Amino acid sequence: MALITVSSPHTTKKGNHTGAFMRQVIYATAPGLAALTWLFGYGTLLNVCFAVLVAVGCEALFLRARGRDVSFYLSDFSAVVTALLLALAMPPTSPWWLILIGTAFAIIIAKQLYGGLGMNPFNPAMVGYVLLLISFPVEMTRWIAPHEAPALSDSIQIFLGQTNVDAFSGATPLDTMRTWAGNAEQLSNQPILHGAFAGEGWEWVNAAFLLGGLYLMWRRIITWHIPAGVLAGLTAIALPFWLFDSVRFADPLFHLFSGAAMLGAFFIATDPVSAATSRNGRLIFGALIGVLVWVIRTFGGYPDAMAFAVLLMNLAAPTIDYYTQPRTYGHKAAHRGASK
Amino acid sequence: MTDFKKITLDGLWKNNPATVQILGLCPLLAVSGSVVNALGLGLATMAVLASSNACVSLIRHYVTDAVRLPAFVMIIAALVTVIEMLMQAYTFELYEILGIFIPLIVTNCVVLGRADGFAAKNPVLPSFVDGAMMGLGFLIILLMLGALREILGQGTLFSNMQLLFGPAAQTWQITVFTDYKGFLFAVLPPGAFIGLGLIIAGKNVIDKRLKEAAKRKDAESPKASRRVRTTGNVA
Repeated sequence: MALITVSSPHTTKKGNHTGAFMRQVIYATAPGLAALTWLFGYGTLLNVCFAVLVAVGCEALFLRARGRDVSFYLSDFSAVVTALLLALAMPPTSPWWLILIGTAFAIIIAKQLYGGLGMNPFNPAMVGYVLLLISFPVEMTRWIAPHEAPALSDSIQIFLGQTNVDAFSGATPLDTMRTWAGNAEQLSNQPILHGAFAGEGWEWVNAAFLLGGLYLMWRRIITWHIPAGVLAGLTAIALPFWLFDSVRFADPLFHLFSGAAMLGAFFIATDPVSAATSRNGRLIFGALIGVLVWVIRTFGGYPDAMAFAVLLMNLAAPTIDYYTQPRTYGHKAAHRGASK
Repeated sequence: MTDFKKITLDGLWKNNPATVQILGLCPLLAVSGSVVNALGLGLATMAVLASSNACVSLIRHYVTDAVRLPAFVMIIAALVTVIEMLMQAYTFELYEILGIFIPLIVTNCVVLGRADGFAAKNPVLPSFVDGAMMGLGFLIILLMLGALREILGQGTLFSNMQLLFGPAAQTWQITVFTDYKGFLFAVLPPGAFIGLGLIIAGKNVIDKRLKEAAKRKDAESPKASRRVRTTGNVA
């Protein structure tokens, strides 16, 4: 009889390593990527390809500079996931240099300089996104009107920065809601606000990410706590305000299926490194992200808020973990940090 | 004069107020948006540091410990007021741009830190040199940060130098990138924090390399033969 002499965690399952988990995340974004491409053209696809190239290049360069095993760390696919999530959040009209700056900053500053995967206090993809959003607000809020996707040749020209994008761009449902909040007549006249069940086009993007997220939950890559927290938090604060004044405030369904709501809830907030770790902690972490998203979307200076909300809660995650430590086996009550 | 050499090395490198002591961060981060702002505030801080150190050193035997800090702050505040009035008189536009950060030199921890830590215990001349060198060290980091943020933020270098050097300096501006859109992040406070972080990291890397090189040199040079000791403390 052989006794196990390796250190924990004792696992016999094959493929149970970081790279396999990250690959599942990549597969799960497929429906969302397909929906974005179908509605807004090939721009997102170009963004994703270029961002992945840049991310892997920067990661390899800095792993080398830091004296780490390049192929070992590259095979955990975390750089690819970061690039993918950033590119999915970017407008499909982004020129190449925008992707280059955002991805390089995410990988180099937000990840490698902090010590690589597992050491970054903030979600790297969202750090890159926020850097771009505050530096280049015009480029970062220029979306295409749904179902008016430019042809592949146009998309390539936009990507190379050779075409004026204004011919294709249009306001998103969140932009429109911001502009006309409080004006009942205008709100009912905006076709983009009245899709099948939420904002036109965006409802399908979010539904697709929801599908991918459910797949991740089914494969047990993520637990239900953070997404449930985000969606519950967003609903809980949007519902009473909408009931109070449905002209000034958008309905919960609109919020849940607009912008980066589903992408954020299932793919971005669930980053195992920068999120809270205990079960109760994850629920609180998620719920506060949901509340912040609604607050910033409604009263803030930018149309969408997922990136800001996630980064702010990343900052709060250690505190949340401190107060939600579960009881350990053999103890009557949970120990809290250095107390006692 | 190894003493002055040491003071100079301390101020510029080993004990640099910005990269090692991490003091005076508020003005360092707030006004390092361009070279001219950085130079203006850096020179003002340097002048205050050198003169306050000299004054504090002069009165060091006549002030008791109990009242020394208020006395030092009074001296520093008086000197800052003088500098402020001078700037108001001769570089009015720059004075307006720097605004509250000139009077705030009083609260710059480097100034009081050097007054209490060095000038209160040393004669006048070394104190003056210490103040000047600490000020110069601060100024250099401020200039580096200003240049970094100006290039990244606006794509220029030495713009608006006429605010400090008169109309002749109007032509000093170097356009590093033509047709540059501007990178707002470098102009905003987060850019200053990350820029300073990178400068500090760069200094640490150089220090580490120097240390390793010194170690290698030490290992290569032949050692005087030493008898192997088997008892007692091996040094």
